[in-house]
Amino acid sequence: MRQLVLLSLACLVRLCAAELDCVSCHDEKAGPFQASVHATLKCTGCHSDITAFPHPENSGKVNCGTCHADNAADVAASVHAKAGVPQACIGCHGEPHGILTSKDAASSTYATNLPRTCGTCHSKSFPDQRGKQIYAQYLDSIHGMAVTKQGLLVAANCSSCHGTHKILASRDPQSRTNHANIPSTCGACHQGPLTAYRSGIHGQKVAAGNTRAPVCSDCHTAHQIARVETAEWQMKTTATCGRCHVQQLRTYHDTFHAQVSALGYVDTAHCWDCHGFHDILPASNPKSTVARANLITTCGKCHSGANRGFVTYEPHADRHNAQAYPLLHFASVFMNLLLSGVLGLFVLHTILWLIRSTAEHRAARAERINP
Amino acid sequence: MTAPAAAPYYRRFSLGQRYLHAVLLSTFLGLALTGLTLRFSAAHWAATFAHIVGGFAAIRFFHLFCAVLLTAAFLAHVGNLVYRIAAKRELDLLWGPNSMVPRWKDFVDFYRNLKYFLWLGPKPKFDRYAYWEKVDYWAVFWGMGIIGFSGYAMWFAPFFARVFPGSWLNVALLIHGEEAILAVAFIFSIHFFNGHLRPDSFPMDVTIFTGTQSEEEFKHRHPEEYGRLAHSGELEKLRREPPPLWLRNFARIFGTAAILTGFVLLALTVIAFWNE
Repeated sequence: MRQLVLLSLACLVRLCAAELDCVSCHDEKAGPFQASVHATLKCTGCHSDITAFPHPENSGKVNCGTCHADNAADVAASVHAKAGVPQACIGCHGEPHGILTSKDAASSTYATNLPRTCGTCHSKSFPDQRGKQIYAQYLDSIHGMAVTKQGLLVAANCSSCHGTHKILASRDPQSRTNHANIPSTCGACHQGPLTAYRSGIHGQKVAAGNTRAPVCSDCHTAHQIARVETAEWQMKTTATCGRCHVQQLRTYHDTFHAQVSALGYVDTAHCWDCHGFHDILPASNPKSTVARANLITTCGKCHSGANRGFVTYEPHADRHNAQAYPLLHFASVFMNLLLSGVLGLFVLHTILWLIRSTAEHRAARAERINP
Repeated sequence: MTAPAAAPYYRRFSLGQRYLHAVLLSTFLGLALTGLTLRFSAAHWAATFAHIVGGFAAIRFFHLFCAVLLTAAFLAHVGNLVYRIAAKRELDLLWGPNSMVPRWKDFVDFYRNLKYFLWLGPKPKFDRYAYWEKVDYWAVFWGMGIIGFSGYAMWFAPFFARVFPGSWLNVALLIHGEEAILAVAFIFSIHFFNGHLRPDSFPMDVTIFTGTQSEEEFKHRHPEEYGRLAHSGELEKLRREPPPLWLRNFARIFGTAAILTGFVLLALTVIAFWNE
């Protein structure tokens, strides 16, 4: 028993002496290390290949995974590992001797600091595959402004959407930013819109596996998400819907609604004024805002006198479609003929007249000068 | 017949007709300016112009304001015609040389004028209203009906839709815009040329502003009417003092401004139509 105590004591003294020995050479590491989350660990806890002094000039690579096995496995599966990013851990967590917990406001992985940390690589020098300046875009977005300007901890930073250690390329079905997973990723914060979206036709189609139906980012973008109350954003929405609904956008442009909108005024019907937004349903669904039975209410939001006859107006009439809109098509053809006929006849009349009377004037002048 | 003064002038248009034309051209320019801004709202000048005048609300106000004025002038004209025909029995408004109603001579004149244009015949002798003047008049009449009716249908759309199908509102916007383009193109090119810019009248015929024309102009432009009135002795009753200088200058400035405004609008219309 006495021997055992003595042995333990000897080991303790030896270990203490070893720590003291590290700092006696590497004193510049002591300061940040004492403040770090790892302060209670020994140097050899990470530099486990150092067992004796003197040690080799270059110690072996530190393996964070010895303790952080789960995180290391996640990183190994991530897009960062696949891309061969060197020093995967310290690339984000910073100077290895001064690593802080992500709850610490000074940490490089603290919510308000994370965008800058990620932006170190994902910025001008490293735009994403489509060449967008995602860091700059994010900073100007509603999320980026909230996080970096207002210090709003609940607003989305990079990891809120992309995850932390196991960041996967969006084409990976497991990725949080994969098309099919985006609604639940955004919905983690935006529960209300998610519920509405899932009840709408877009959400239903995505849930059924349709990869072309829009998710949040198709309309709101990923890194340029703006306040939806601003006129600037609202003015862009018709073109956004029109990326898929090409025909409907074209026929919308034939309407008075579109004319007013094109002048830069938002107080006229845009797609979502009639169709709603997250819970859009086809007109065939009785719950749809544009179902026959609901049109008086929907149109009545702006047109106070809307009645049964009024709502038979066709907001997407196509004058080129003679089958569906015979009267409009006929009117269009008639007006084209009238315009070309009347103008053609009288422009010709005018040109002939101009030539003839110019000639007559020349003759009259010549006669005056030289009778 | 007393010896005529230096330059005899004869009345062609009444004060009412001159005011009618002035209101017509002012409101038409206002309607065209605001209407084309909406019709070609995708053109880059449209949003700029709308912004300058105070936005869509201002555009809408000016358009409706001019529309109401023009409607009032149109109804006053029609009311005046009905009164003169029905109550005062001025039946020469319905037929004959003083009427705007087309008659056989107009078709003959048109045919002869085409021959004259092609050096195939002499210049026809026009009466009080030449056929192209009647075309101008009825074009406005037709345009008033089409553009006015479709315009009021859209202004009071819910009321209109109580009587007619709502899908007619689609047709209303289409014909309102297309007929307006026809009116703009016609007035700002063909009417300007026929009435003002052709070599016989260049740069402008101010008769519609001053109400009078010189004897020389009268003989040259409406020889048939001049001969008829001279023969019957009615010519003397139409004799007036020459228009004062201020009136002629006012007419030239007002008319030039209108023509230049019209040309700008015509150019913008043609460019926007081309780009559609």
